[in-house]
Amino acid sequence: MVTRIRPATVVVLALLFAAAGYFLLPVVWVVIAATKSTADLFGTFGLWSPDPQLGANLDRLFGTGDGLFGRWILNSFLYAGLGALVATLLSAGAGYAMAKYPFRGREALFNLVLAGVLVPSTVLALPTYLIFSEVGMTGTFWSVLLPSMVSPFGVYLARIQAHAAIPDALLESARLDGAGEYRIFFRIALKIMSPALVTIFLFQFIGIWNNYFLPLVMLSDQQLYPVTLGLALWNSQTFRDPAFFELTVTGAAVSALLLVLTMASLQRFWRAGLTAGSVKG
Amino acid sequence: MAGVLQRTPTTPARAGVAPRRPPRRRAHVAVFVAPFFVAFALFFLAPIGYAIHQSFFRLTSSGLGLTEPVLEFAGLGNYVTALTDGAFLASIGRVLLFSLIEVPTMVACALALALLLDSARARFRAFFRVSFFLPYGVPGVIASLLWGFLYVPQTSPLIDVLAAAGLPHDFLGPDTILLSIANISTWQFAGYNMLVLIAGLQAIPQELYEAARVDGASETRIAWHVKIPLVRAPLILITVFTLIGTLQLFVEPLILKPLTTAVNSDYTPNLAAYNQAFGQANIHLASAEATLIAVMAFVISFGFLRLVNRKGNRAW
Repeated sequence: MVTRIRPATVVVLALLFAAAGYFLLPVVWVVIAATKSTADLFGTFGLWSPDPQLGANLDRLFGTGDGLFGRWILNSFLYAGLGALVATLLSAGAGYAMAKYPFRGREALFNLVLAGVLVPSTVLALPTYLIFSEVGMTGTFWSVLLPSMVSPFGVYLARIQAHAAIPDALLESARLDGAGEYRIFFRIALKIMSPALVTIFLFQFIGIWNNYFLPLVMLSDQQLYPVTLGLALWNSQTFRDPAFFELTVTGAAVSALLLVLTMASLQRFWRAGLTAGSVKG
Repeated sequence: MAGVLQRTPTTPARAGVAPRRPPRRRAHVAVFVAPFFVAFALFFLAPIGYAIHQSFFRLTSSGLGLTEPVLEFAGLGNYVTALTDGAFLASIGRVLLFSLIEVPTMVACALALALLLDSARARFRAFFRVSFFLPYGVPGVIASLLWGFLYVPQTSPLIDVLAAAGLPHDFLGPDTILLSIANISTWQFAGYNMLVLIAGLQAIPQELYEAARVDGASETRIAWHVKIPLVRAPLILITVFTLIGTLQLFVEPLILKPLTTAVNSDYTPNLAAYNQAFGQANIHLASAEATLIAVMAFVISFGFLRLVNRKGNRAW
């Protein structure tokens, strides 16, 4: 490695640090703001907390409305965790079969899935609400969970991974050894596909966690809210009672940090499948 | 769109072994494929079909509105209503303008960050990668709340600094609100798109750079002439996804709405459709508007893909 500092290095690093400052600013601001009283939030410079009282803010955050905030966090984890888990399994099965078994109509089905990749969740939320209200299922836990179990992008990634990583010869020899198709899938294919499956799970987890439109139209009972919906509700109450500012800010800080921690610890899994969408088969 | 994958070649028969047709594979295929496609049909295709169906009907109440309104076939009536509604047309114009601002900004930022991080001069790569990517994990609602606090004079350290320096600092006025929303979107997704590009850059064989350096090319020239052409496919990918995302604009203006008079209840097509469905209780017009938004996203993204695919080799 060259250890001399060149002007070019200084320029590159200066730009990188400036960008890091930009991306971290709102997160730093909210962490500092979470330690302030409402008076200080509006009365002091945003990046300085003269009289930190994080403990009191956290007590209020988790104590308001019978522990409502903790419930929202739990709901978010349930929606995102269960939804992503099922979505990953369904995608793995469909992607594997579409890569490894030739059958009539396969390409047509796959093109349908590809078209599905281009339909954003926002477009779907409203019609999904209409169809759930036809069968009287709006306002339930299921109305948010069930639609979250479908990931066309997951099928696309799973098919690419199965196609690239599972040799046909391996399947043939497993069959010769007398293994059944299901056993091959659960024992061999899933193991080989695991990098892509982790990626699918994480994508879907973050997608569900961040999806706001679907729970917004589906849910009316605050007990079922995910944290995004809950914080937006509190934010809309601030005009009635300024104390909600403090709750919203502290809640935003806690939920942002929660995800930051999750992502920082899962960082190394993320790089595996990111380009799968842009590699030619 | 097709042609992503080559057709799976059938396994050549090994010497001395007759090619084995796998026995009764149909059942297995169904078991593997059905769960996803049943869910896909129920929660993906059915809602779309239902919305399209609803968009061709309307409720009409006769006379004085004393009788129950009757459901009747409206043909393209709802579409005509939507497309002749000045506010809805204005919202479409607004997101198109927003796309024009946001897509080039996003692609330029993501590319610049990727090239900077990938350059031979970069240090502390892991720290920068994580900090740029962090906002992706912050939900749009919370990102909008955070930036909302940074846009409002009472709580914003940014405005304190800008005002002290005598610079303009109105983030929520009618002329600047769209740029402020674009900033929230860029903040959220630039790091994610950067990672997509970096993964593409890392797939480039190092020998190419070595060869270019031996020929005396500077790092800047290598970036421009070697790296950028080789990440063409992921560049197109992030462009399309950004394009689709911008047309769907919803959460950011919804959250910023209470802070400014510059955002009304039909500021974007999605907000307008949401407002029709839940504010005006007109699901038929809302369905037509949602269908129009989806069609618009499709037409624009396919149009873009056709354009770039005609200019060179296929990206998809």
